[in-house]
Amino acid sequence: MLDVLIFATLNGVVTGLLLFMLAAGLTLIFSMMGVLNFAHASFYMLGAYCAYSISLYFGFWVGLLVAPLIVGVLGALIERYGLRRVHQSGHVAELVFTFGLAFLIEESVQFFWGRDTKNYQSPDILDFALFTLFGQEFSAYRGFMIAISVGIFIGLYFVLTRTRIGIIIQAAITHPKTVANLGHNVPLIFMGVFGAGTALAGLAGVIAGPVLTTFPGMAVVLGSIVFVIVVIGGLGSLAGAFIASLLIGLLQSYAIASDVGMQDLLNVFGIDFPYDHPLADLWGLTLPQIAPILPFLLLILVLIFRPTGLLGKREE
Amino acid sequence: MLEVTNLHAYYGKSHILHGVSFNVQQGEIVSLLGRNGVGRSTTVKTIMGEVEPHGSIRFKGEELVGKKSFEIAHRGLGYVPENRDIFPTLTVRQNLVLGMKSTKATGRWTLDEVFDMFPNLSERADVAGGVLSGGEQQMLCMCRTLMGDPDMIMIDEPTEGLAPMIVEQVGNLLQEIAKRGVAILLVEQKFSIALRISQRVYIMGHGKIVYEGTPASLMQADDVRAEWLEV
Ligand SMILES: Nc1ncnc2c1ncn2[C@@H]1O[C@H](COP(=O)(O)OP(=O)(O)OP(=O)(O)O)[C@@H](O)[C@H]1O
Ligand SMILES: [Mg+2]
Repeated sequence: MLDVLIFATLNGVVTGLLLFMLAAGLTLIFSMMGVLNFAHASFYMLGAYCAYSISLYFGFWVGLLVAPLIVGVLGALIERYGLRRVHQSGHVAELVFTFGLAFLIEESVQFFWGRDTKNYQSPDILDFALFTLFGQEFSAYRGFMIAISVGIFIGLYFVLTRTRIGIIIQAAITHPKTVANLGHNVPLIFMGVFGAGTALAGLAGVIAGPVLTTFPGMAVVLGSIVFVIVVIGGLGSLAGAFIASLLIGLLQSYAIASDVGMQDLLNVFGIDFPYDHPLADLWGLTLPQIAPILPFLLLILVLIFRPTGLLGKREE
Repeated sequence: MLEVTNLHAYYGKSHILHGVSFNVQQGEIVSLLGRNGVGRSTTVKTIMGEVEPHGSIRFKGEELVGKKSFEIAHRGLGYVPENRDIFPTLTVRQNLVLGMKSTKATGRWTLDEVFDMFPNLSERADVAGGVLSGGEQQMLCMCRTLMGDPDMIMIDEPTEGLAPMIVEQVGNLLQEIAKRGVAILLVEQKFSIALRISQRVYIMGHGKIVYEGTPASLMQADDVRAEWLEV
């Protein structure tokens, strides 16, 4: 029991941190643009594919460094020559633009890399058990994922709260006009934030690719969960996104690790259903089976009971 | 220093400025007075590029029309908006740092100097700007602009809603700023402070300059004050 709990927690943290790497960028970009960027997870996918291709020639580590840079520069260019122009036509146009972009990236990925799953592997150096507990191994690669995410977040936190440029970014998000009047180039700042956000998404793709498999549907799979997270956390709140990311990561991980079924639950209440009942499938459901829909259930609950999300502020 | 000629501005279809012309010379304090809604704030916003300008705005000999707000600020024109737009979640110190255009304040004002001038701000350097009193927020807002070392500042209604004693302090600060060679365009509605510290005054009515003179001549002109200013 304890071993299951510990490993489920560790895996939940790995997933949670990975989700936050996407959710953080999405949240910052949302605060800036005022609309959700539907193409955000596409940059995550692009990161994985770029890193895969680079790793074929130069190895995993070069891919880890270069792929996020490529994705970030691409993101910045898209902001500069696409979104910034569309911005003048209002939020709906921006939303439609990001939708179109998501499809474009997905189609391009299939065009260049094909529809099949790529054999993107974690590096050999990290192919050992970091530790073994109760006879179960925790892979060094997962440890590496935790370390790199935590490192990035500490760096991000430091930059945003302790440096001049971080302070300018914070202020530009809430008071763009005032910041411009003080002599700061706000459009350039926004381009930088967009680029950094997409680079983070790309990095998430690079480190997730070997574990969650690199295939053309990976953006859709993770993207929908990331949207759930930023809504649950409260749109625009970084701290909220962090809490929601870990919450969803752990929730899914516990659900998958548990072997509880509806049957057990009903038994607790002293109800017992025969297996030949026409609705037997319903109480034959197990928690691991419904794990994928848990985030969406949570989303609905949050929207009903706390529409602004966990740490979201009320619209004024 | 600043030469505005035949300036027009619009909010959507409504024509707000109907050919405003005035000037501010180096080191001068000039007041722009007028009743509510005559377009004083729109004038400074238009000069700053927040509202699209039509006409000519020359600053230190250079045309500002067509430039972006941040470029105008870089030319040395500072702007303190009317709503005391401080960043409430950032600390006093961070608010001041935001005013600097590069990593170091190398101009007329340094962080330490500002803190020396305003013990209130220095005591609360690491407190969130949002908890300061109205007067302190106004001082912070002015100091933030000074950190960018402007050659001229435009201040929109700095004394609005402040107690008489604080109004006095704001007036003294403005004179102190002018002494360092910074020209000031003071937008006001109360003319007592404007008359006390400015060398010249303009009065605006319905999107135009309707009177130009000195504080002394304005004191003589009872008819002008009755027609264009609230007494
Ligand atoms: N964003 C805006 N959109 C449309 N009209 C505006 C806007 N801002 C101001 N106006 C209008 O423009 C006119 C001039 O406004 P402005 O703010 O320049 O006045 P003001 O002289 O500064 O007066 P006060 O500050 O006392 O309100 C007013 O009639 C106002 O209703
Ligand atoms: Mg005004």
